[in-house]
Parts: sequence; C-alpha cells; structure tokens
Amino acid sequence: MTVQELPGAAAYRPTPPPAWKPLTDPAPLLPDPEPYRVLGTDAVADADPELLLRLYAELVRGRRYNAQATALTKQGRLAVYPSSTGQEACEIAAALVLEERDWLFPSYRDTLAAVARGLDPVEALTLLRGDRHTGYDPREHRIAPLCTPLATQLPHAVGLAHAARLKGDDVVALAMVGDGGTSEGDFHEALNFAAVWRAPVVFLVQNNGFAISVPLAKQTAAPSLAHKAVGYGMPGRLVDGNDAAAVHQVLGEAVARARAGGGPTLVEAVTYRMDAHTNADDATRYRGESEVEAWRAHDPIQLLERELTARGLLGEDGIEEARAAAERMAAGLRERMNADAVLDPMDLFAHVYAEQTAQLREQAARLRVELDAEQGQDGTSGAGDGR
Amino acid sequence: MTTAAMAGEQTDRAKPATMAQALGRALRDSMAEDPTVHVLGEDVGTLGGVFRITDGLAKEFGEDRCTDTPLAEAGILGAAVGMAMYGLRPVVEMQFDAFAYPAFEQLISHVAKMRNRTGGAMPLPITVRVPYGGGIGGVEHHSDSSEAYYMATPGLHVVTPATVDDAYGLLRASIASDDPVVFLEPKRLYWSKSAWSPEAPVEVEPIGRAVVRRPGRSATLITYGPSLPVCLEAAEAAVEEGWDLEVVDLRSLVPFDDETVAASVRRTGRAVVVHESSGFGGPGGEIAARITERCFHHLEAPVLRVAGFDIPYPPPMLERHHLPGVDRVLDAVARLQWEAES
Ligand SMILES: Cc1ncc(C[n+]2csc(CCOP(=O)(O)OP(=O)(O)O)c2C)c(N)n1
Repeated sequence: MTVQELPGAAAYRPTPPPAWKPLTDPAPLLPDPEPYRVLGTDAVADADPELLLRLYAELVRGRRYNAQATALTKQGRLAVYPSSTGQEACEIAAALVLEERDWLFPSYRDTLAAVARGLDPVEALTLLRGDRHTGYDPREHRIAPLCTPLATQLPHAVGLAHAARLKGDDVVALAMVGDGGTSEGDFHEALNFAAVWRAPVVFLVQNNGFAISVPLAKQTAAPSLAHKAVGYGMPGRLVDGNDAAAVHQVLGEAVARARAGGGPTLVEAVTYRMDAHTNADDATRYRGESEVEAWRAHDPIQLLERELTARGLLGEDGIEEARAAAERMAAGLRERMNADAVLDPMDLFAHVYAEQTAQLREQAARLRVELDAEQGQDGTSGAGDGR
Repeated sequence: MTTAAMAGEQTDRAKPATMAQALGRALRDSMAEDPTVHVLGEDVGTLGGVFRITDGLAKEFGEDRCTDTPLAEAGILGAAVGMAMYGLRPVVEMQFDAFAYPAFEQLISHVAKMRNRTGGAMPLPITVRVPYGGGIGGVEHHSDSSEAYYMATPGLHVVTPATVDDAYGLLRASIASDDPVVFLEPKRLYWSKSAWSPEAPVEVEPIGRAVVRRPGRSATLITYGPSLPVCLEAAEAAVEEGWDLEVVDLRSLVPFDDETVAASVRRTGRAVVVHESSGFGGPGGEIAARITERCFHHLEAPVLRVAGFDIPYPPPMLERHHLPGVDRVLDAVARLQWEAES
C-alpha cells in the first residue's frame, strides 16, 4: 500500500514544529573559509614590532631545540622525539599568548610550547628520555603533563578552567591537540562541556596534515576542523599556522574573550609536519617529497624573517643574535642531556599512593634486597641507574 | 585470488622469521580464505600499522578490506560491532595497549554481551588485536598489561601467543571464532625469531589449550605471552640448582585450560605463576586459586606468584626493575621448598 492509498492521505499537510528557532545564530560562529593571515597583508601594520621580534627569536630557538632533540635520539640520549619543526609558530604563540596564571594543556608533540612558556628544556624532555613520566611540577609551571593518549587532556582543560571560574579567578586554559585527536570522543565531549559551561578554554588544533600516516581527508569530512565548533555553539577560527603573528593574534583574541566570560573558542591552525611523526617513523611510506617541498616555501621562520627585514626591524646582526642565542641553548641542552640520568629504582614505589600500602612496602623491601645483591656482585651502586 | 598468487603463498609461507610476520601472514591467509574478514584501525592501511603487522593488506585486498579509520578507538570498535551484526568478521587493531581504553565501553557493554543479550541470536565474531606489555623502552602509556581487565569480562575470549607458531595458529583460530576474541600480542616478542619452534606455522590450533613447553618433575612454571622466554630461561638455569622445572604456556587465558595446568601441577606438586602484569588483582590470583581448588592434596607448597610490581608501569629507564626476570622466578622456585622454610 503506497502513501497515496492511505485513507485520508491527501488531506495531510505537514506543519513545521511549533515556534522552533535555533538556540544560537550559527553565522558568527562560522570560521572564515580562508585561514587568517597577518604577515604579508595589510593587517601587519597593526602588529606590535616588539612582539614580532620576540616571536622571531623564539621561533629560531624553537627550531634549534627541535633539531637538537632529534639529534639526541640518534645518539641514544632520547628514546623518541616527536618533532614540531614546521609547527613552531603554533607552539610559540600558544606559550606567549598566556599570562602566568593561565594553564597550558599540551600533547606529546608540544614540548616546545612548554619550553617557550619557561619550562627547563631538560625537564621538558624527561618523558621522552625515559627517566620520569613528568619531569616537572605541573602546578608550579601551570603546564599539565605532556599528554600521550590523544585528546584526553581536553576535558581536563575544561574542568580546570571551570574550577578556576567557580573560584572567581580569571584564569584561562589553552589546550592543544592534533588533527587526528579531533576524532576522539574526548575531543567532542570536551567541546560540548566547555560550550555548555561557557568555560574559559581555548582549543588549539594544530592541523599538520597527518595523524601518523593518515591524511586529513581520511580523518574528517568536515569543511574544516574549525567548522566543528558550530555544532557545539562556540566560534571556530581558521588561521595560517605558519604565520606566527596571525596565530598569536587569533589566540590572543580567543584568550581575551574567554577571560572576559565569553566562553570557549576552537582555533584550527593550518600547518605542516616537516619531519616524520617521530624519529621512529618512515614518512616516505605515506607522503611524497613534492608535498613537503611546497610547504618548505611557506616556512614560519622565513615568513617572519622576510617581513621583519622588509620593514627594517631586523638586520643581519639581529638574525645572527637570534641564531647565537639558539646555539647557546642547544649547547646547554646537549651538554646536560649527555650526562647520565641518575635514578633511584626505589622511586618505583614512591608515588603510587599518598601513603604506601603494606604490599608496596613489602615489594620495595624485596627490590632493596635485589639491588643490594647487584651492588655486591659488580661493586657498583645498585641505586644509580644510568643508561 | 589467482592460482599464481596461491602458489606464491605456498612458497613464501614456508618460514616466517618473526612473530610480526606470522601475525601478518595469519591476517592475509584469513582474508584470502574468507571475504567477510575485514581489518580496520589506525594506520593499518598505507603504513601497514606502526608495527607493520598489516603491511601489504590494503594493497592486496583494497582499502575496503583493510581500512585506515579516523582516530577513535570507541568508533573503531563500535563500528566493528555493527559490521559484525551485518555479517562481516572484523579484525580490529588497537595501536597500543593503553590506547584501547577509550573503546572499553564498546568492548564491555556490547562486544562481550551481544550474544547473551540477544539470546544467542546475534554472536559477534570480532577479533581485537592489542599489542601489550613492556620491555621495549616505550614511554608512558605504551607498556600496559591489561589482560586482567579483559579476563574479568565474561563473554570475551582472551588469547595470547608466545611463539611464532602460535601467533599464526591462534590468530587464525581467533578470526575464525564465532565469539569475540581479545588477541593480546606480546610486543616485545614481535621481532623474536622462531626460537622455540622454528618450523613454519601452518596448522590452526584450537583456542583454549595450554601446552607444556618444557617437561619437568620438580615444579611447574605457569606462564604466557612475554614471560614464556623468561620462564624457559629460568628453567634452564634451575637445572644447576637441581631443579627440573616444567613450563606450561597457557596461550589462552579465557577459556582457561584447567586440565593441562592441573595435570602438570599434580605431577610436580609445586607451582609458580609468572606474568608481568601487576600481581594484586592480576591473572596469577585467579590461576593460583584454580590450582588450589583442583590440586590441594597434591601441593607440597603454596602456589606462588611472580608478577610485575603493583605500580603504574614505570618509565623505560626503570622498567628492568619492574619486569619479573629470571632471578625473581628462581627466587620463587627456591621458596617452594616450603617445609624446609617453615
Ligand atoms: C587514544 C590514542 N590512540 C592512539 C594513539 C597512538 N598515536 C599516537 S600519535 C598518533 C597520531 C596523532 O595524530 P594527530 O592528532 O594529528 O597529532 P600529531 O601527531 O600530528 O601532532 C596516534 C594514532 C594515542 N597516542 N592515543
């Protein structure tokens, strides 16, 4: 029986739902289709020269840090390093846009953001060196532990920002995630909570083209990752992730909005991962050199250097000075990382609970006996466990 | 499959050198035999998985059969549930042990329970491959031993090979199983050559049978997965001390082979369970209880456990102190001289 044959079907006229209107006007939430840019556009006239110079120095230092850390993996001093070369503008802007009281929630790739925020370069690397899960006190630096499971730090950022607001503190949390991480359930739950609670959070997605081997087109069918914001009721912003001035400006506006009680923002920075996923990855399996080359012409340091040189703000001296400072940082890092980590195996039991359980005390005693026996055997200290 | 490809399969099937290759081989042979077998997960296509287990499958069978999914474990396993409901046989890859946790809801609430909830009408033939365990120097969240969580969930089979032969045979059997299987791959054995059984694995072993890897008379070491090589080494070392140890490789934690284990312990009268996951609330407790229930009158000493410490998996520089090694096993064996001690 077709619909037409139903008795009374001809008389049926669908009516719209009563008095339905969108909860929020989606138009202002939508990102511009073109990633926002400052360098090489008219907008650069409004940029603070001091800030541009600071960004430049930090970018140069950051690039050098990535190179040094990668070199340390080859020397066996670091177990693994996920380089952010090519993405330095995002890393640096994320660190510089925050006030001291604000919090940063980095992923495993965001060592550089943590260092640019002031974290000791060696403390930032202990996770990857393999001696400590987190080599610093998150409360002291207001940097959450570098997060390995994808997107799981995002709900934490929302909760922290919410708690700060409940306490009356004007603290903002900035949470970083990769393009692949936006597919995880935690990403969606975090955005939804943040929007419903109007939590002072900024989500920064570094869209660097790949999640290990999987390109963005296999990750999402959305027009852009920034578009995802609309479904949750927060603004989405698209920015050229290699334009440090633009990332700083867009994040700055988002942070200001959050601080003023305006709620969360989702920022998608379009960038590119120049190196492989980590030193252990073989990127030639999934991408061609021509694609990488095309991005090389849009290098974040070059973009800023050209702008600053053209405007007469930076000369050979300034460039030299930035490079020399970066070299000094690298030399210090190299030297300190070349020293063997001194670890006490008894620390295995140190921070499992506030108070050790009877079982753990028993297990610790057993390990103590083993270590003493080891020491007796080879004459070395059982406690100092280098590499 | 063309005849030529079949012929090629015969020749290069001859001797898989590593466990990783044997697993890849099992996937490929299962897919070739059964068009409903689909592989899905993160990076399983173009890259062949971060451990290269799925290398070449997308090329050979197409991206619809070996699919790079969006990065979402709950989504991957949840989608596999739907695929299985519609008659496919999904094989899911979780990239690392600790990254399977977002999929727990799907695993516990749906994968494990669908047959039961539907009165047997809707079994789910899903295989969830999880590389697990430590010993590879991985950073945080890359070395968990999560077998106890899976074992505690009725409705799941939990299988873990320790040899190259078993990697092939058990994975074939898991994929063929009409029940969901959590297939735990000891990642530190991925590159181990077929040291204990050098012949090519061609036979499909049934799931649920333990095997005696080394016969002995003085005591039984009961183990599985990454701890098997440790136990075999300990058994060799124990000869010097006058101990002739039997080593039982469980291969399957669920179902549990009570017969093989009990028969061995009745012969030897002493047992030590060895695994690297935490001892408290871990698999060893269940195994020790089962042995006690079945072999109480045969036991000359309490069943002992040698396990990882009850701590979150430590940073790589300290992991050797956490993982149970030969010395800890031998130490437990010494403690089996119960009468002398008490
Ligand atoms: C929950 C979870 N699943 C899988 C992984 C393994 N893994 C580590 S990095 C990565 C790719 C992440 O890609 P993306 O989010 O784009 O960040 P990027 O590495 O590009 O910075 C994957 C799959 C993980 N860390 N966490």
